Amino acid sequence: MTESRLFAGKTELRLTPFHARTAELCQAQEWRRWSGYLAASAYDLTPENEYFAIRTTAGLLDVTPLHKYMISGRDAAPLLNRIVTRNISKCKLHQVMYTPWCDEKGKVIDDGTVQHLEENKFRLTSADPNLHWLTENSSGMDVKIRDDSETTAALALQGPNSRDILNQISTVNLDKLKFFCLTHVKLGDIPVTVSRTGYTGDLGYEIWTERENALAMWDLIMETGKPHGITPAGIYALDIARIEAGLILIEVDYISAHHAIIDARESSPYELGLGWAVKLKKGDFIGKKALLKEKRQGPAWQFQTIEIEWIPLEKLYRNIGLPPQLPTTAWRTSTPIYVNKRQVGYATSGCWSPLLKKYIALAHLETEYSKIGTQLKFEVKVEHYRHLTPATVMRKPAFDPERKRSCP
Amino acid sequence: MSRRYDAIVVGGGHNGLVAAAYLARAGKTVLVLERRDVLGGAAVSEEVFPGFTFSVCSYVVSLLKSDIIRDLQLSRHGLELLPLESTFTPLPNDDYLIRWADHDKTRQELYRHSPRDAEQYDRFGQLMNQIGMAVKPILEMVPPDPSRLSFAALRELVKLGRHFKSLGQEKFAALAKLMTMSAADLLDEWFEFEPLKATISASGIIGTFMGPRSPGSAYVMLHHYMGDIDGVFRAWGFQRGGTGEVSMSIARSALELGADIKTEAPVSKLMVQNGKAIGVALENGDEFYSKVVISGLDPKLTFLKLVDEKELPQDFVTSIRNFRIRGSSGKVNLALDALPNFTAIPGYGPHLRGAISISPSYDYLETAYDDAKYGNFSRQPFIDMILPSVLDPAMAPPGKHVMSCFVQYAPYDLNGGWNDAQREAFGDAVVDAIAQFAPNIKDIILHRQVLTPWDLENTFGLTEGNIFHGELSLQQLFFLRPAASWADYRTPIRGYYQCGSGTHPGGGISGATGQMAATEILKEWR
Amino acid sequence: MRYDSIIIGAGHNGLVAAVRLAKAGQRVLVLEKRHSVGGIAITEELIPRFHFNTCVDYIRWLHPRLLKELKLEDDRFKVQWTDPSVVTPLPDGNCLRLSADASTTAESIRQFSKADAENWSGFIDRIAQLVAFLEPLYSMTPPPVPDLGLEHLISMRGLLKPLRKYGRKTLVELLRVLPMTMPELLDEWFESEPLRGTLAASAIHGLCQGPMAVGTAYLFLHNHVGCRNGALRPAGFVQGGMGNFSNALAAAAEHLGVDIRTNAIVRKILTDENQAGGVLLGSGEEFKAHRIISNAGPSVTLLDLVGRENLEPRFTRQVKAIKYRGAMARIHLALNDLPRFRVFTDEADLRGVISISPKLEYLEQAYDAAKYGRCSYHPYLEIVIPSLTDSTLAPDGKHTMSITLQYAPYQLRQGEWNKGTKEALLQSALSTVSEYAPGFGDLIEDTVVLSPLDLEEQFGLTEGNINHGEMMLDQFFFMRPVAGWAQYRTPIENLYLCGSGTHPGGGITGAPGWNASREILRDLKN
Repeated sequence: MTESRLFAGKTELRLTPFHARTAELCQAQEWRRWSGYLAASAYDLTPENEYFAIRTTAGLLDVTPLHKYMISGRDAAPLLNRIVTRNISKCKLHQVMYTPWCDEKGKVIDDGTVQHLEENKFRLTSADPNLHWLTENSSGMDVKIRDDSETTAALALQGPNSRDILNQISTVNLDKLKFFCLTHVKLGDIPVTVSRTGYTGDLGYEIWTERENALAMWDLIMETGKPHGITPAGIYALDIARIEAGLILIEVDYISAHHAIIDARESSPYELGLGWAVKLKKGDFIGKKALLKEKRQGPAWQFQTIEIEWIPLEKLYRNIGLPPQLPTTAWRTSTPIYVNKRQVGYATSGCWSPLLKKYIALAHLETEYSKIGTQLKFEVKVEHYRHLTPATVMRKPAFDPERKRSCP
Repeated sequence: MSRRYDAIVVGGGHNGLVAAAYLARAGKTVLVLERRDVLGGAAVSEEVFPGFTFSVCSYVVSLLKSDIIRDLQLSRHGLELLPLESTFTPLPNDDYLIRWADHDKTRQELYRHSPRDAEQYDRFGQLMNQIGMAVKPILEMVPPDPSRLSFAALRELVKLGRHFKSLGQEKFAALAKLMTMSAADLLDEWFEFEPLKATISASGIIGTFMGPRSPGSAYVMLHHYMGDIDGVFRAWGFQRGGTGEVSMSIARSALELGADIKTEAPVSKLMVQNGKAIGVALENGDEFYSKVVISGLDPKLTFLKLVDEKELPQDFVTSIRNFRIRGSSGKVNLALDALPNFTAIPGYGPHLRGAISISPSYDYLETAYDDAKYGNFSRQPFIDMILPSVLDPAMAPPGKHVMSCFVQYAPYDLNGGWNDAQREAFGDAVVDAIAQFAPNIKDIILHRQVLTPWDLENTFGLTEGNIFHGELSLQQLFFLRPAASWADYRTPIRGYYQCGSGTHPGGGISGATGQMAATEILKEWR
Repeated sequence: MRYDSIIIGAGHNGLVAAVRLAKAGQRVLVLEKRHSVGGIAITEELIPRFHFNTCVDYIRWLHPRLLKELKLEDDRFKVQWTDPSVVTPLPDGNCLRLSADASTTAESIRQFSKADAENWSGFIDRIAQLVAFLEPLYSMTPPPVPDLGLEHLISMRGLLKPLRKYGRKTLVELLRVLPMTMPELLDEWFESEPLRGTLAASAIHGLCQGPMAVGTAYLFLHNHVGCRNGALRPAGFVQGGMGNFSNALAAAAEHLGVDIRTNAIVRKILTDENQAGGVLLGSGEEFKAHRIISNAGPSVTLLDLVGRENLEPRFTRQVKAIKYRGAMARIHLALNDLPRFRVFTDEADLRGVISISPKLEYLEQAYDAAKYGRCSYHPYLEIVIPSLTDSTLAPDGKHTMSITLQYAPYQLRQGEWNKGTKEALLQSALSTVSEYAPGFGDLIEDTVVLSPLDLEEQFGLTEGNINHGEMMLDQFFFMRPVAGWAQYRTPIENLYLCGSGTHPGGGITGAPGWNASREILRDLKN
């Protein structure tokens, strides 16, 4: 009942268990909110280094603000199967599945991963809180749902050197750990779960452990990683990487059906390019009826990566005597896309890809205009004035290295 | 003395002033007549004790329409709304609940009590938003009269039907249910942490003769959710200098637009000739003549006191007699030597900058209501407090404070009637209730002003002390407010209009009824 | 073998549906979990040689076409309307009698208030006008508000008749009255407490709300639908007991080839991809049918028999939010002689309903206890002595008495329903009766108490609510059982509801069964 309880912690922004370290490292003092936590946007004054670490050496990201739910019991798999669109009966022990989940109208509520940790035991990660949705839909089932969000610390180690770093400290060699699989090991003497997953579209791992191990784990990985070029990376770097990888972000690329307010803001998995994750042949699940119907009729929208062509864009700048100017971080403002002067879609996030040297964006397009190669017009603002500049629908993801899924 | 005006407004409450300002803005000559020596009606600031200024009755502003603020340029005339950033509910076990303006902070605080509630809170807010959006067009329309089959009424009804249709089944059903259910039942569907439910439900009982478990309270709750400061939903604000400054800003605007305002000018009668209003007579015998007369008083005073009954149709008089206007709340204004020290959060902190709600559980509120049902004031009342001097130090001498306590329930028809002893006993009950959570309160009170419903009636002309000019029950809303067929601000007497909270859409410092009445009058003039 | 239709539950609504479907050529199977048909419309030998109407004592209104179309108007089914219909003994030795004849009633009222006596005939006329609108409403299927098409407007044409007769003003008046509390309604008419109490008692029947709750005026009107002019609180006793009504229905059904199986407990409604196709019995037996019609309550049918896992979350949420809150207990007494009430001079006073409702506040106070999860200390009692009109119910010279007691909340805050709590409840009833009929306790040979929990366990009434859902405005018409599904259909194809949980709700009326079968037959055609 003291003042400190009220104003020094409990109801202010939460700090992740790595905060003691990340705060020290965060030279840029650029922070943002992430699910009620304080999260570093960038450590370095120029976030580019952090991005390149992810693509060329290894970036270490504090992903503790993710919501984490432990679902256990005889009906753990049936519950998940009722909720998510993928078939959890096919999720083998120690396998991880990425999946969206929908409301009864077949509109996406959230997306995340299901980790099959043990027999009848799964961890669900999500961007939004989902405890109520899980609990509400589990009534009558033999299942326990525990919110581990606070008690589980999580790091993402992403980049080509990440395997080498972990192998050096892991009790078990991770060479055999396949893409979207997990294993329980010790790093040094810290018991952790390592899953070969991430939000960068690169070789990488996410490491899950008890909150109290957090600092020791951070120190161990940073120490081990030094010779491998490890760099702590913030959300700016991650954002560019995930756009290159074509991975969607809630409340940016789509709005959760639980927050949409109006129907037009909602999206189905098909409209988000997640049709592959909808398994209509499995038993009944929430939203199936609506999704069956949508599949029959075909979705109205598609979600694609587009490339804004460089030469014409450069010309727009050159016409007024300026070199091209693009933001160094990814943008998240909705931008109209046209075909023949009619708006046929909008981009929701985009960035200059430092690796591909392309200006890319993730965009919602009317199905008719979503085929690869379709020519579009993208709205840009050049020195206060709006212009339309050519863009093309490209293959998603823009960046897809072989190392992401391969094993040595 | 006599002078002709285009319009005379009876009552210088905020709605009367809004109506006057709009009429003046349209180039009409307008006179506002206020009985008291201060303007504002129930939205009034007074220096009750030397150095201590109080928003004597109404103490928070949430419903003031933003188009009125713009149209009448109120900001230029002194409107300054400071946000109340939190709602603090101290609990008997020395724990507490706080909801903040900040989403993450609120979520975290709720999470501490119930993770599920933390999650539901957003979605509940979203539902209330949606419903609020659905109701707004209804609040903004002049109620049609379903018993008259005029083309205009029919067109309005069709419009209404279309609006409902556009909501879709889900939202319409939620709205329909919400109209009649209890706040407790609604909240039980969403939340589990009782202090949260009780505190939210408390806005469903304010100004009513209901408990949170009484069907009908959910609508009143929604009514309070509809607040909009500058278009932002659900923001509560405090006016710098007290609520009276809201009224004063409207009055200044009206004056600038050319209206005349007279205080200490109690109107005794409406003058009627051949079924048409021609002016008003004051108690001192002065008469003023005008084309139209607009009453900002409650329906009882508007029709049963100002007007000779024989000027009105009998069934209309019966309807107004049957109009329910029981007051249920009182106000205790405290001048404090220091800040109250809450056991749950000792010392000074941001929790003192917002609303403080004594509403620890449904049972607490229901028990308070039980007392009132049988004609007693609540021994353990529901109290909604704010400390205006924390937000605006000018309200009290340096280092001292004013505390404004809205209290329920205090029935107008108290067993044995209100008298000085009862008033003090009521004041004691309030202080005792606060002392349970802030034990130092008794030691820091310098002055105390207790207003019972009886005082509210006598001082502010609120019949039976009802702050809404009539209960917000379903049968007194929309086309039934204040009476069937006369919900369009007109009255059975030609040239006589009503613009008080007793008309659609009802109470709160919204200015809506004044604005809509003025619009209707101007329409007729055109 | 495969049936066309299976009806779960042989309550009277299920039987009505069975008869209508069979008449249309359907092969129908009715499955009843108890030993005999009737559901709550049943007469049982609860005490050896004493027969009781276990749940419901009398009828008020039957669907107008029921008797004629089902050919029940013969020797098997006779209803006796008592006169006076209700007597209210008062502690001071007076008593109030409500009779079919308005002037007789007015005479009885006159002893309490002359004004009330004058107002009586006006009041009953007004009630008759208002319920004239409800009766056609009760015979129709609720439209899917707000998505109304022309066909829905046409389906509401039944309302035209009362509209032509009484005018739009009366319709507006109905809208005004529906959401009222009983004191609000009664304040406009009456002042004498015994009359107010006795009328208000009719507005709380089966409800866990007091008469001061919003919407009790609706329940009051509900309980007077079809009431013949003048007879408020009508009570029609079925010759041979309420069970005879059900038996007559069952006989009519069997005559048309309906198979009725008793002692057949349905465990599961078999569904496949959202289609109902059969039922699974507790015995393991399975029956297939093209459609399943459930006379059970909506929660039992959907949450238990269909199962949440087969429903969408939003719908499940809606069903879970249905309020039941049974608060009524039944007490049956075997008496060795006729009780002597101090105030009754005429044996006719004992033939109807004896209502312990000396004043409105008495009822509200009885409810207050229930609000906090306790049984009323001074409960509201409705007492009948059916053996007086029908000597077959008890051995010679002896009598049966049934008491409906409110409030006995399903959810006790302290303790649970068991022998001890039931005994305490019995004692509170007996001591209340003894106040009016001294020495009454000596007449008792044996007793049976049915708590809300007993009603749930024996009759499948969720939370012991005999109306399959609270009769409040938020569960009325197009919101019964839940908004969007008030047309007797469910999200599961080929599964229908036909019990009191659907429009127009509780009471022995046959209307839900009638309306449901109309919808089923309509679907058959398409």
